[in-house]
Amino acid sequence: MPEIKVTPLGAGQDVGRSCILVSIGGKNIMLDCGMHMGFNDDRRFPDFSYITQQGRLTEFLDCVIISHFHLDHCGALPYMSEMVGYDGPIYMTHPTKAICPILLEDFRKITVDKKGETNFFTSQMIKDCMKKVVPLNLHQTVQVDDELEIKAYYAGHVLGAAMVQIKVGSESVVYTGDYNMTPDRHLGAAWIDKCRPDILISESTYATTIRDSKRCRERDFLKKVHETVERGGKVLIPVFALGRAQELCILLETFWERMNMKAPIYFSTGLTEKANHYYKLFITWTNQKIRKTFVQRNMFEFKHIKAFDRSYADNPGPMVVFATPGMLHAGQSLQIFKKWAGNEKNMIIMPGYCVQGTIGHKILNGQKKLEMENRQTLEVKLQVEYMSFSAHADAKGIMQLIRMAEPRNMLLVHGEAKKMEFLKDKIEQEFTINCFMPANGETTTVITNPSVPVDISLNLLKREMALGGPLPDPKKPRTMHGTLIMKDNSLRLVSPEQALKELGLNEHQLRFTCRVQYRKTEFTIFIVLFDLLLKKCYTIQHLPDGTVMVESIVIKVSSSAEEPNTKVLLLSWSYQDEDLGSFLSTLLKKGLPSGLSSM
Amino acid sequence: MASQFSTNASVTKTILLPQEEAPAKKLRLTKPSKSAALHIDLCKASNPTDALQYLLHFARSSVEAESVEGVVRILLEHYYKEQDNSVRLKIASLIGLLSKTQNFNPESILDDTLNTFNTEKSHQVLAQLLDTLLVIGTQLPESLIVRHRLIEVAYKHLSDTYFGVRNKCLQLLGCLGNVDTPLNKDGQGLVPAVIGGSAPGVSGGVCVRDAQSLISDYFADQDPRVRTAAIKAMLQLHERGLKIQQTIYDQACQLLCDDYEQVRSAAVQMVWVLSQLYPESIVPIPSSNEQVRLVDDSFGKISHMVSDGSWVVRVQAAKTLGNMLQVSPHFLEQTLDKKLMSDLRRKRTAHERAKELYASGEFSSGRKWADDAPKEKVDTSAVNLIASGACGAFVHGLEDEMYEVRIAAVDALSALAQSSASFAEKCLDFLVDMFNDEIEEVRLQSIHVLRQISTNITLREDQLDTVLAVLEDSSRDIREALHELLCFTNVSTKECIQLALLELLKNLTKYPTDRNSVWKCLKFLGCRHPTLVLPLVPELLSTHPYFHTPEPDMDDPAYIAVLVLVFNAAQSCPTMTALFSDHTFRHYTYLRDSLSHLVPPLRLPGRTQAPGVSGIEGSGSVESAQLFLQQSLSRISTIHNLQDPGAQDLLNFTIRDLQRLGELQTELAGAADFSATYLRCQLLLTKALQEKLWTMAVPLCLKHNAMATAAAKQMLEETYKLEFLYSGLENRQVATIHHVRLQAKALQLVLTARTRRGVEPLISVCEKFLQEVESFQRLFVVELPHLQESFVGKLLDLSPKLSACKPGELVKILQTTLRQSGFLNLQLPKQVQRASATIIEPTGESDNPLRFTSGLVVALDIDATLEHVQDPHNTVKVQVLYPDGQSHVIQPKPGDFRSPGPHRHRLITQVYLSHSAWTEACQIEVRLLLAYSSSRLCKAVWSDSSTEGLQPAEGATEGTIPFGKPVKVFIMPKPARR
Repeated sequence: MPEIKVTPLGAGQDVGRSCILVSIGGKNIMLDCGMHMGFNDDRRFPDFSYITQQGRLTEFLDCVIISHFHLDHCGALPYMSEMVGYDGPIYMTHPTKAICPILLEDFRKITVDKKGETNFFTSQMIKDCMKKVVPLNLHQTVQVDDELEIKAYYAGHVLGAAMVQIKVGSESVVYTGDYNMTPDRHLGAAWIDKCRPDILISESTYATTIRDSKRCRERDFLKKVHETVERGGKVLIPVFALGRAQELCILLETFWERMNMKAPIYFSTGLTEKANHYYKLFITWTNQKIRKTFVQRNMFEFKHIKAFDRSYADNPGPMVVFATPGMLHAGQSLQIFKKWAGNEKNMIIMPGYCVQGTIGHKILNGQKKLEMENRQTLEVKLQVEYMSFSAHADAKGIMQLIRMAEPRNMLLVHGEAKKMEFLKDKIEQEFTINCFMPANGETTTVITNPSVPVDISLNLLKREMALGGPLPDPKKPRTMHGTLIMKDNSLRLVSPEQALKELGLNEHQLRFTCRVQYRKTEFTIFIVLFDLLLKKCYTIQHLPDGTVMVESIVIKVSSSAEEPNTKVLLLSWSYQDEDLGSFLSTLLKKGLPSGLSSM
Repeated sequence: MASQFSTNASVTKTILLPQEEAPAKKLRLTKPSKSAALHIDLCKASNPTDALQYLLHFARSSVEAESVEGVVRILLEHYYKEQDNSVRLKIASLIGLLSKTQNFNPESILDDTLNTFNTEKSHQVLAQLLDTLLVIGTQLPESLIVRHRLIEVAYKHLSDTYFGVRNKCLQLLGCLGNVDTPLNKDGQGLVPAVIGGSAPGVSGGVCVRDAQSLISDYFADQDPRVRTAAIKAMLQLHERGLKIQQTIYDQACQLLCDDYEQVRSAAVQMVWVLSQLYPESIVPIPSSNEQVRLVDDSFGKISHMVSDGSWVVRVQAAKTLGNMLQVSPHFLEQTLDKKLMSDLRRKRTAHERAKELYASGEFSSGRKWADDAPKEKVDTSAVNLIASGACGAFVHGLEDEMYEVRIAAVDALSALAQSSASFAEKCLDFLVDMFNDEIEEVRLQSIHVLRQISTNITLREDQLDTVLAVLEDSSRDIREALHELLCFTNVSTKECIQLALLELLKNLTKYPTDRNSVWKCLKFLGCRHPTLVLPLVPELLSTHPYFHTPEPDMDDPAYIAVLVLVFNAAQSCPTMTALFSDHTFRHYTYLRDSLSHLVPPLRLPGRTQAPGVSGIEGSGSVESAQLFLQQSLSRISTIHNLQDPGAQDLLNFTIRDLQRLGELQTELAGAADFSATYLRCQLLLTKALQEKLWTMAVPLCLKHNAMATAAAKQMLEETYKLEFLYSGLENRQVATIHHVRLQAKALQLVLTARTRRGVEPLISVCEKFLQEVESFQRLFVVELPHLQESFVGKLLDLSPKLSACKPGELVKILQTTLRQSGFLNLQLPKQVQRASATIIEPTGESDNPLRFTSGLVVALDIDATLEHVQDPHNTVKVQVLYPDGQSHVIQPKPGDFRSPGPHRHRLITQVYLSHSAWTEACQIEVRLLLAYSSSRLCKAVWSDSSTEGLQPAEGATEGTIPFGKPVKVFIMPKPARR
């Protein structure tokens, strides 16, 4: 039986380092090639030796698909393609292709320049790697080779995030990457058609959470910012450069616009400006409102949000500042925080998750005194708020996607094992489909039952139509005669004659013959028999030489020379008329049943 | 090829030659010109393309009813000869078009059309032919025989392989099919007779199987388009008032999961229709042995569709939810519950948390890190992720990406909340959240919705806070909608009042143009919550027990706002006045005069008021005023003839009384004005007739003539005002008004006869008058019994004589009838409202002229409120009158009208002014006009007369009534600099 194999090299019962291998219809595909942020050793990259111990990966992989530009989905790409070695095509959407190298370069700089690591990929490697990228458009079917085709669907999450459908023949797999089922201020909701894949590989970050209405969150956020600004306080929002930052910017920008507010909003420069540029470009990837209004005004051309300069932090009066990085562990956000922490009028809003050990985590847990470097302590008087703006689908969203796509099997990745377990139960219970959650390196095999397409010759079909009978009913199978030719990987159903012609074979006719002897007196039976056949609407022909044809059955009467009293009946019929022929012969041999003669 | 051609030719010949003669003859008899031309054209056409061109050309011209049949015959004749599908298709569609011709009975071409089905092979043409049949069928809805024949055809072609043919068949069945068996039984007698040759078994089959079961078979068709058509046909049956059986409910529910969006969308409608037909029947829940009401079950299913993949379906589902009012509250409330869960523990929603915080007396300090840490552990098996039924439908709908869906969801919420108070309470939080939507339309809509349901709810402080935050919105529409909302809102505590006042004052400083709106809002707030305002009064007026505080500035809009709030509260809270300081009283008297619509009369201790005012207002409830109105009118009714002595005085007094009453009692202003105007008309008539001078020779009394002519003219004008300016009139009053108009016209006629010599012009005028009398009779047949003793009643008694007599005699008759006819009593309807308009902007107070370069345009902002105007989009116009007598009438765009409340409209528009250069600044006049078109009500008849009979008053345009005060604006066109 044909089967599909799925092996996660990363993200199996785990978050981070997404890398999933899929074998389908003899093709091998790698989905995402991410790195783990938590490790600094070999474990940060997927274990490519699983694929091959030595040598390049090119001959083992047909293609690599990257779902979006987050590093845990594309961070290991240059390592894989340049250091391990892969020359095949890498597929990603246009925005991902544009933004991905920026992030990779940034990541490289931090690891190599700041931490001083060696044996890491170089800028040139990133460039070389990006040369292998083939861009994808939404809903565009791309033929990787003759049999393998891929198609991207909108996934929300971040700009350019896509879900991919991989299809070989009638077998298919859908990989969601990260996705979001509720639209936000700048991106729409993920959408997929009823493609009924054999396996749906879905992320499950929020497997056990059903989130609050996003409007509550937005309203709270705006209210807090508004109140602080009205009071004359300053608001610090530490963010990462891409993704949520843009959403919050739009949220504040529109609010400022609506409320006619005057307080300045600043955005720390650097990566973000480049990124904002791409957001402006890829307007088709955003949500309805932005797409519809960009002709009048591109939402990413912020009117109220200006670039931040270090000196602005000491300016008097209210202001809102977005600064990187998001966890307050270093850089500009930390500097500003130190300046503003002492004033209770100010506020800091943490819009995302903070890792343990960072200052962000500490202040969120209510620590009021922070020990800084060189033994200083910093008193935290400003208000600390937490507001989660996360762009993953929650449990309900995952269920909704399953309902949209109607997969035959389900496979969960990118989540914690315990939470997955719960969702797995739920899915099996609601949809009665199989659900898998393989760990890293563990292979899941799904047996598929693909339909085999067969070309049928038009003549044969027409002949079948001409034979009459009711019109084809899609619900009922119907039998027909034909010859199945399997040649060059293709299957064709043709009429026997054509098959013979094509294969250069001679037609052999198979005929059955039998003799029946009669006495002359019994010959009346014969006449009765004809009557019977006539009544059953068989065509009966009398040929000039005295033989009788019933359909293709030849009946010849001859009197034998030896016994003049008996007549010999010669029956001959072809293979096709076996039913009628054998019926006649038995009838003639046994004599007519008594009931028939009376008819 | 050649052989094929010859065979075809021979076939056509044998069949058609005999037919060709007959129609050609008939044609010449009926209408040869057009159809003959077509015939020649078609004969000339050498190839299909030409023929198609001729047909296309022909389709553009109109055909008279009498010649339709001939044309159709020619077309059909050509149809049989034509081998090209597209030409045949065009012919088929033309036949359909032609059969729609007015006054043409398509039954005559039915047989011919049906015959075409025997030979037609092309599926597309078949589909078009069926469409033609559909047109014919809808033209002849009452003919049972035709219907049966058409259904017969539809049934025959239902099994066609082409989806288009099946679609059309289903449509035919939907439009013409029957469901009830009794009707079929009637038909059964007819059908065999009609069908004649065809096998009775087939016709029996059609009759036994009703349209519904036939159509429902195609719910499972392989083609999605046919499935959609089947559902639509079923809906069509329902629309025609046939009762659909409940049996198809399961099928319809299955279609909700169809692969194609149009099928799902139609299925949503189908399920809804069934839920409305059989709300109470019980359906089992699969995989359990419980049962629910059908309406609840379908509600759950439709709610499910709110998270469908296609936004078209989502919009449909969200809209439909709003129409399911019978659903049980339990299910309804589920739609707002998303069952929050975090890490397997149930989490409370932010709304719940806000409520609890509020209950515990602490304000929401916002969300803390991990404060949504789950409390109770949830039983894994009990959590239903993909909710069975309605769970969270509205939460999803309101969060949808497409604003169309969000608006539909908001509307649905509103409909449901209006029918259920408890649901209104629950959906409040969600609606308030929508105030923060990214699309203004959605925000505005949700504010409107909240206003509509605000009678059912009381806002909590935290909710009010969110609502008030929107007051800073830069969009004027949003702010005004919100003011309107606050007018109708109930709040719970005095802090709420304080909060609202604060925010409104902030709004006032930020957007000073909102002044009127804010004051009005505070007026209602004060009226609604006197007890809540009371404890705030000292603080609001900043009075101090020991010290005199400085007197606030009387011109400060914010201070006025505070006073408006306090005075309105004091109206129903007598103890409040004790807290006022001296200057407050002074300010009260000032404001009572200057802003009397905002400041109510107060009974102040130690202060006397104008006795007249307090007299009426003290006990002057609406009832007593109503009584007074009735009495005045009944007093008038004692007058039988206007020539009675003293009648005129009585009329004069009553008119004066009514006018005063209208000023005092705004609720009755409409009714009082209406009656006063009516009486004035009568008075005018009496005066015009009463003069002894009528007996004198004409040249001697020119002065009198002029007076009477003016009276007649004024009466006519007044009748148009009476008819179109007041809403709430019944047919009876309209008849009375028209009666007055007839009287006025009669008077005019008499006057013309007197002044002019010669009979010729008089004849046409008389004829016209008689026509009008006739049409009056036609229009108000029902009312005629009430008009026995009146002018018209008497005229109609004489009517046979009238039409025969000469103009001179007619004039004499009219003169005497006018004088002798009795006074027609006015019956007041329950609610009469006078349309009124106030121009708020421009105020007309500015002395600074609007300067612009002559020849170019300048835009003038106009802001006006309209009350009791029906359909302002079509009737209200703006007129600009220049000093040189030039006038422009501008029709505002429909988008410039907003409707902030019932019977109220707001016109915010710009008019463009332009003029050649002036030497000095000069005033132009801007006014609003109410256009009446005679197509309203009794229209056609009066249309010609209204333009001709009514001499427009100075400045008024024909067919319009000026209403509202005009405003003067200084403008100054300067010559262009070279």
